[in-house]
Amino acid sequence: MAGSGGRCYTPPPVKVSVDDIRHVALLARLALTPEEEAELTTTLDSILQHMDQLNRLDTTDVEPTAHVASVAAPFRDDVVTNAPDADALLANAPARDDDLFLVPKIID
Amino acid sequence: MTDLRLGTYESVIGLEVHAELLTASKIFCGCSASFGAPPNQHTCPVCIGMPGMLPVLNRRVVEFAVRAGLATHCRIAPTSRWARKNYFYPDLCKGYQISQFELPICEAGYVDITVDGTAKRVRLTRIHMEEDTGKNIHDGNSSGSLVDFNRSGVPLLEIVSEPDMTWPAEAGAYLRTLRSILQYLQICDGNMEEGSFRCDANCSVRPKGSTTLGTKVEIKNMNSFRAVERAIAYELERQVRVLEEGGTLVQETRLWDPDREETRSMRSKESSHDYRYFPDPDLPPLVIPDGFVEEVQRSLPELPDARRARFVEKLGLPDYDAEVLTARRDVADYFEAVVAAHGNAKAASNWVMGDILRLVREQKLDDAPVIERWPVSAAHLGALIALIDGGTISGKIAKTVFEEMLASGDAPAAIVERKGLTQVSDEGPIVAAIDQILAANGPKVEEYRSGKDKLFGFFVGQVMKATGGKANPGLVNRILKEKLGA
Amino acid sequence: MLTDLTIAAAAERLRRGDLSAVELTRAALDRIAATDSAIHAFLTVTADEALAQAAAVDAERKTGHDRGPLAGIPIAVKDVIATKGVRTTAASKILADFVPPYDATVTRRLRDAGAVIVGKVNCDEFAMGSSNENSAFALTRNPWDLDRVPGGSSGGSAAAVAARQAFASLGTDTGGSIRLPAGYTGIVGMKPTYGRVSRFGVIAYASSLDQVGPMARDVTDCALVLQALAGHDPRDSTSVDRPVPDYGAAVARGADEGARGLRIALPREYFGGGMQPEVEAAVRAAAATFTSGGADVQDASLPHTEYAVSCYYVLAPAEASSNLARYDGIRYGLRAPADGLLDLYRKSRAAGFGPEVKRRIMLGTYVLSSGYYDAYYLKAQKVRTLIRRDFERVFADADVIVTPVAPTTAFRIGEKTADPLQMYLSDVFMISVNLAGLPGIVVPCGVDAAGMPIGLQIVGPPFGEEVVLRAARAFEAATSWHQLRPPELAEGKPPK
Repeated sequence: MAGSGGRCYTPPPVKVSVDDIRHVALLARLALTPEEEAELTTTLDSILQHMDQLNRLDTTDVEPTAHVASVAAPFRDDVVTNAPDADALLANAPARDDDLFLVPKIID
Repeated sequence: MTDLRLGTYESVIGLEVHAELLTASKIFCGCSASFGAPPNQHTCPVCIGMPGMLPVLNRRVVEFAVRAGLATHCRIAPTSRWARKNYFYPDLCKGYQISQFELPICEAGYVDITVDGTAKRVRLTRIHMEEDTGKNIHDGNSSGSLVDFNRSGVPLLEIVSEPDMTWPAEAGAYLRTLRSILQYLQICDGNMEEGSFRCDANCSVRPKGSTTLGTKVEIKNMNSFRAVERAIAYELERQVRVLEEGGTLVQETRLWDPDREETRSMRSKESSHDYRYFPDPDLPPLVIPDGFVEEVQRSLPELPDARRARFVEKLGLPDYDAEVLTARRDVADYFEAVVAAHGNAKAASNWVMGDILRLVREQKLDDAPVIERWPVSAAHLGALIALIDGGTISGKIAKTVFEEMLASGDAPAAIVERKGLTQVSDEGPIVAAIDQILAANGPKVEEYRSGKDKLFGFFVGQVMKATGGKANPGLVNRILKEKLGA
Repeated sequence: MLTDLTIAAAAERLRRGDLSAVELTRAALDRIAATDSAIHAFLTVTADEALAQAAAVDAERKTGHDRGPLAGIPIAVKDVIATKGVRTTAASKILADFVPPYDATVTRRLRDAGAVIVGKVNCDEFAMGSSNENSAFALTRNPWDLDRVPGGSSGGSAAAVAARQAFASLGTDTGGSIRLPAGYTGIVGMKPTYGRVSRFGVIAYASSLDQVGPMARDVTDCALVLQALAGHDPRDSTSVDRPVPDYGAAVARGADEGARGLRIALPREYFGGGMQPEVEAAVRAAAATFTSGGADVQDASLPHTEYAVSCYYVLAPAEASSNLARYDGIRYGLRAPADGLLDLYRKSRAAGFGPEVKRRIMLGTYVLSSGYYDAYYLKAQKVRTLIRRDFERVFADADVIVTPVAPTTAFRIGEKTADPLQMYLSDVFMISVNLAGLPGIVVPCGVDAAGMPIGLQIVGPPFGEEVVLRAARAFEAATSWHQLRPPELAEGKPPK
C-alpha cells in the first residue's frame, strides 16, 4: 500500500492460464490449436487486466442495468399463428432424415 | 413405510417437478403446443433457434403460473426476471434455455399431503416458468440420433420443493397431490408416461439427529410414481451402504434403471454443468399487471382440499371416501354428477369407489389423465341408486342390473322392467314362500331352534331361490325371524 | 450521374415520371459492377430480384399508387440482416450457405416502402470489429483510399454509400458500428435509440446493445430511411411502443432555424489527448459553427467515460457468447466432419468462426463462468448504470452532446490488427452511446491532410432523434462537408 501513489487499490492477480483457456474452450465448444490456446491466453489475460479497472469504481447500491429501454415484457395472446412448414425449416439442415434433423449418436 | 434399511441414518428427500402446460401455443412463439404431431410440424424459426429470432411471452403461461402459485399458497412476485441457462445439447436449439433464475414468479409456498393417515406439509421453494427442449430420438436411424423440435418451446412450470420429505411414500403422496392440484387447475394433464409431468428427485442421508445435509444425489429417468418411490428407496439404501462401508458419496446425477431396478451414475464426462446464468437481454422483466392476480384468484376452480372438506362437511362422507373421490378431478366431477342425479352421497360414493373405479382399472382407462367416457353414465348410476333406495330392487339385484347397464348402455329402469327384476315387497307372496320352505324343511327348523344359528342363511337362500331372487331381503329376514321364533 | 442523386432528389424525379425505378436500379447495378472489384463492399448482388422489384414499383406508380420517397430507391442491406430467400452470412463461414426463410422486420419495412434491395453488403464477422477486417469473405476498402479501412463493423454498408453503389444502406450499431464507418467514409450514419427499430431477424451480436440504423449521403436521406424503419414490432420484446414522429419535419427545422437556441454539451473527457490534431481541430471548428449559428455550446462532464470500453467488452462478448451458441452445425450452417457429437460441435465452430469471433466468445464465456460472474458481468452492468446516469445529468441542461467519432481518421489496412486491445480502445467515443441506449448520428465535418474524412457525432437523449436530426441538418446547412466525394468519384472515374 505504501508508495502506491496515494491510491488505495491493489489489483488482484488476474492471471489467465492455459488450463483456464482449455476449460473455457470446452464450455464454448471450440476446438483450439496450441497456437490459438497460447494467443488467447495472452490476449485474454491482457484484456482482463485492463478490465480490472472496473473494480476501482464504487458500485455499492447501484442497480445493474440489464435492459436499457424501460419496457415491461409485452404479452402475446395464446393463439396458434404458425402453420407447419417443416421443409422450409429443414432446408438449411446439414443432415436430415425425412423431417428430422440427423446428428451423431447421442450417448448419455 | 419404514421398512427401508437406513441403519443409524435418516433420509432427506426433495423433488423437482416439470409440468408441461396446457396452453394452445408455445411460450415464446405462435406454434402449437399440442402433443403428438408428426416430427417438426409444430416448429418455426423461433423455436428452432434460427439467426435473428426473438422470444415473445405467451400471457396464458403467466396466468397458469399464477394459478399454480395461488393454489400452493406461494408469494407471487410482482416483478420477475428471465434468465438464460447456457449449455450445448442437440435438443436445445439456441444453446441456451430461457428460464427464470434469480427472481422466479412464485416463491415460498406449500402442499399439504397425507400419508397413511398422517398429515404433513411439504414446503415449496419456488415455481418458475421455462421453455421445454426438443426431443432426441435414439433408435430411428442407425447412423445417428434424430432431433424433433415439436416440443421445443412448449411451456413448463418447474416446481421445486424444499427437502422436507423423509420417506419414499411421502414423495409419492406429494407427487400425487401436486398432480391432482395441477389437474384441478386445468393447467397440466399430469401424464407421467407421456412426459407432461416429470420428476427428478434429490436425496441424501445423514446421521440421525444431524441438522446438516449430507451429500446430495440427483436421480433422473423415473417415469411413474411407483418408479419414483422405488428409485428413492434404492438410492437411500445405496447411500447408507456406501457410508457404512466407509466409502464417500459423490454429488452426482444418477439414472434410474427400471429393468435392473437400480440407480447408476451417468456416463457423461462433464462432471458439473456451468450454466453461466445471466439475465436474458431479449426479454425485459415480467411485470404482473394490476388486477391480474385478483382476476386469476377469482377464476380458480375449487381445489382438492376445499372439495374434500365440502364432501365431508356438506355431503357427510367419511374422510377416506372424500380423499379417494377427490384424488382426481374427473372422478370427483363424476361422483358429484351421480349425487346430482340422486342425492344419496354415501351410496354414490360406494358405487364409484367400488364398481366404477374397478371397471375403469379393468378397462385400462385410468392411465388417461381425464376420463371423458365413464363406463356407466352418472345419470344412470344415480337412477340405479334411486331404484334401490325406493325399494324397487335390492342391492344384490342392483349388481345384476349394473352389469346389464354396462353391456347394453340402457337405463336401469328399462332393464328392471325388461327383465322383470322388480323386487317383491308384498308380504303375501313372501309369507307364502316362507311357509312353504319351512314346511318342507322340518328337521332343519328343529336344528335351528335348538341353536344352529348358521341355518338362518340356508332358509334365506331357499326363499330367495323360490322367489327368483326378487324377494325384498329385509322383509324376508323379518318374517323368517318371526316365524322361526328366534 | 444518376447514382450521384440523393434519395430526395431521385424520389422527386421518380414522382415526376422522368426517371424510372428500373433505370435507377440499372445505374446502381452498373456502378456496383464497375467499382466493386476494387472496393469489395458486396457479398451478394441481387440483380435479378432488384430489377424485378424496380419494375413492380414502376408498374404500381403507373396505376397511381406511390408508396413514398423510398419507392424505387436502390438500397444495400448489411449481411447480418435477414433477407428471405437471399443468402445471409453475417460475413462468416459458419453461415456461408445459409438462406433464411424469413425477412427481418426492417427488410420487410423497406420492401413495404417500395425500396429496391440491390444486395447484401460486407461487414465484420457477426458485426464484431471496428475496421471490417474481420470478414471471412472479403476485405472492403475505403473508397477515399483503397489502402485504408472503411471502418466497421458496417464497413460494406458505408463503402457502398460513399462509392455511390447504393443510395442508402442499412447497418447495425452495437459499439459504434454504423457511426464509426460513417465517419471514416464521409457519409451520414445514425444509430437510433435502443428499442426504436426492431431487431427481429437481425443476427444478434449483443442483444442489449444492437440497433439497426440508416446510412446515407446526407441528413435528409438518413431521416427518410429512418422513417421507414422506426416503430414498434410485436415480434421484438425489446421494441418500444411509442409513436414515430415526423423526422422530415425535424430535418426541415434544422434547415429553417439552424442551431438557434440549441444547448450543446462538449464532454471534456472526449477531448483528453491522444487524438489526431486535425480531428480535434475539425470537431472544435464544428462547435464554433454551432455557436455562430446561435447555439449555446458548453463544457460538460461524462466522468465515467474512461470505463466505457471495459464495461462494453465485458457485456457485449458475454451476450455474444450466448447468442452464438446456436451456431453448432446441427440445424443449419457449417457442419465439419467429426467423430461424435462433441467433436462435431468443437470442430464446426472452430472451422466456422474467425479469430476475432472466437476471441469474443472466449472472453464472454469466461466472464460469465462460475466464479467470475459477480466480478465481471454484474460489475459491468452496474458501471453501465453509472454511465447512463452521466448522460442523464448532462441532458438535464443540454439538448445534444457533440463529440469526435474516433481518435484518428481511417487507418491503413493491417495497421491495428496486431493488438486486439488497441482496436477496442479506439471505440471509446462510440461505445458509451450504446451502453446508454441513446440516439447518435455522425455527419462529415472535415478532411485531414491525407484527404480522409473526419466525422462529427451528435448524441441525443432517449427518443431524441428529432433534436439530433435537427442539429445535424443545421450543421450540414451551415457547411458543405457533405458535398465532398471520394476523389476519384468526384472525377466520375471508378477507383483504381
